[in-house]
Amino acid sequence: MIPLTHYLTLGAILFGLSIAGIFLNRKNVIIILMSIELMLLAVNMNFVAFSHFLGDTAGQVFVFFILTVAAAEAAIGLAILVVLFRNKGTINVADLDELQG
Amino acid sequence: MDNIGLATGEIFLLCAICVILIGDLFVSENRRQMSYLLSQLTLVITLILTWVVAPETGSATAFGGSFVMDPMSKLCKSWILVVSIGVFLYSRDYINARRIMNGEYYTLALSGVLGMMIMVSSSTMLTLYLGLELLSLSLYALVALNRTDEKSSEAAMKYFVLGALASGALLYGISMIYGATGSLHFDVIAAKLGEDSSSTAAVFGLAFVVVGIAFKFGAAPFHMWVPDVYEGAPTSVTLYISSAPKIAAFAISMRFLVDGLETAHASWQGMLIILSVLSIVIGNVIALAQVSIKRMLAYSTISHVGFILMGILAGNDQGYSASMFYAITYALTSMGAFGILLAMGRAGVEINLLTDLRGLFRRNPVYAAVMMVLLVSMAGVPPTVGFYAKLAVLNAVVQADLVWLAVLAVVFSVVGAFYYLRVIKYMFFDEPAETQPVDSSLDVQVGLTINGAAMILFGVFPGLIMAACVAAFAG
Repeated sequence: MIPLTHYLTLGAILFGLSIAGIFLNRKNVIIILMSIELMLLAVNMNFVAFSHFLGDTAGQVFVFFILTVAAAEAAIGLAILVVLFRNKGTINVADLDELQG
Repeated sequence: MDNIGLATGEIFLLCAICVILIGDLFVSENRRQMSYLLSQLTLVITLILTWVVAPETGSATAFGGSFVMDPMSKLCKSWILVVSIGVFLYSRDYINARRIMNGEYYTLALSGVLGMMIMVSSSTMLTLYLGLELLSLSLYALVALNRTDEKSSEAAMKYFVLGALASGALLYGISMIYGATGSLHFDVIAAKLGEDSSSTAAVFGLAFVVVGIAFKFGAAPFHMWVPDVYEGAPTSVTLYISSAPKIAAFAISMRFLVDGLETAHASWQGMLIILSVLSIVIGNVIALAQVSIKRMLAYSTISHVGFILMGILAGNDQGYSASMFYAITYALTSMGAFGILLAMGRAGVEINLLTDLRGLFRRNPVYAAVMMVLLVSMAGVPPTVGFYAKLAVLNAVVQADLVWLAVLAVVFSVVGAFYYLRVIKYMFFDEPAETQPVDSSLDVQVGLTINGAAMILFGVFPGLIMAACVAAFAG
């Protein structure tokens, strides 16, 4: 049987990848949205693993809620992206530079 | 169902939001005032319901222990609702003049209020997360409400990405704490950690939770979104973000750090000290260099967040109540300051630069006086409420043997006084760029005057709020 630490390591790697995806990416806002989804899935991995090894279902219930919220979040994120594209004509991260100081 | 009545306020608010959302579709553009009136009525009724169902003393739980009604949640909810009533009052004319989507503003803001009430009343990590997301998702949409404005959509995108990152960090922390303790309930977590407070997984999770909360609070070094969102969002939305959510952020910090993880106090105290020192230093110093009043107030918010965190990190009841007092009075102060900016802006005219406030005294002496009281209160000068709030927090920090922290906070408050006084100088001693008097509807004038007077009233008689704050943590 696969031990708990393997699952947690996988979760940590996915989480790290998603953070790197948000901060290293200089090109495209859509990749940031994908990274955000990946981050939530990494957390889900943790929850399911803990839930299984603790023999407690609360963690799995939490995962269902996270999935729902992630869907709502993606909807709002894409809506903002559409508005942004209409106003600026680009979704390049480097072009989001109007607000600074 | 056990005790479902405890959530009557929230249930009513949810139903009313649906009614306003649908009703708004059926009324014609020129009768949109209805949404405003219904929203205000909803807030007042929710406030009354919250008071009616709250237990006289002690706390009661509902929904299998995931919803709690105690003196702290009653007090926080009441002030969140009162502040929201003021926010809607100040925003109304601004929204009408700009024709940004009227009904949508109120429904989104009301769902944000619902999210805050759930956050305040949460007693499991699941309810806390859901309330937080309800608030955050409403705020992302609100910031982007001015659809044709480039700045507004850019601010919304930045806010969304950083907010989602914060939620992710918070969730990762939650999953670790769940793994370490085997429960989502704060009281069970507290009991488990009481037996074994050195659990590595729990402290690891705690670090992520603190990062998430700091992001949502807007504490340095996780403050990057604050100035951009404050400047880019429509001013009515900035007003909303800068006021009531600070009370809710205080409440979730208390739920997490004190209700759930109080035994790990030694671990989170150090983290909060770093956050609060950085917030006070960065907030006050960078605010000096701002030319935009909205950005200046954003950096001033960051420094005030540092003070709120200082009361929490003191780790005693005195600190908690001082911090709560600070959060509530800061929400009132910030509401008034942005209220003045809203009242000064007219259709097509946006108040953004510090110099836009020039000669406000000639254009409307009452507003200039109110703004002066609010700024003086933010700077922390007696007899305004800001002085007492700072004094109470510093007192608690000194009690916790962190004298150096108190000294540092005082020094940087003096630095901060400079940029508040500069605005006062602009308002009273400089010539106005335009001479047209500033005028607004009677109810807004009355509201702003009461707001300014309250700053002095609560400063002279802090017991009016402080007594309830102390009582909330005495049990």
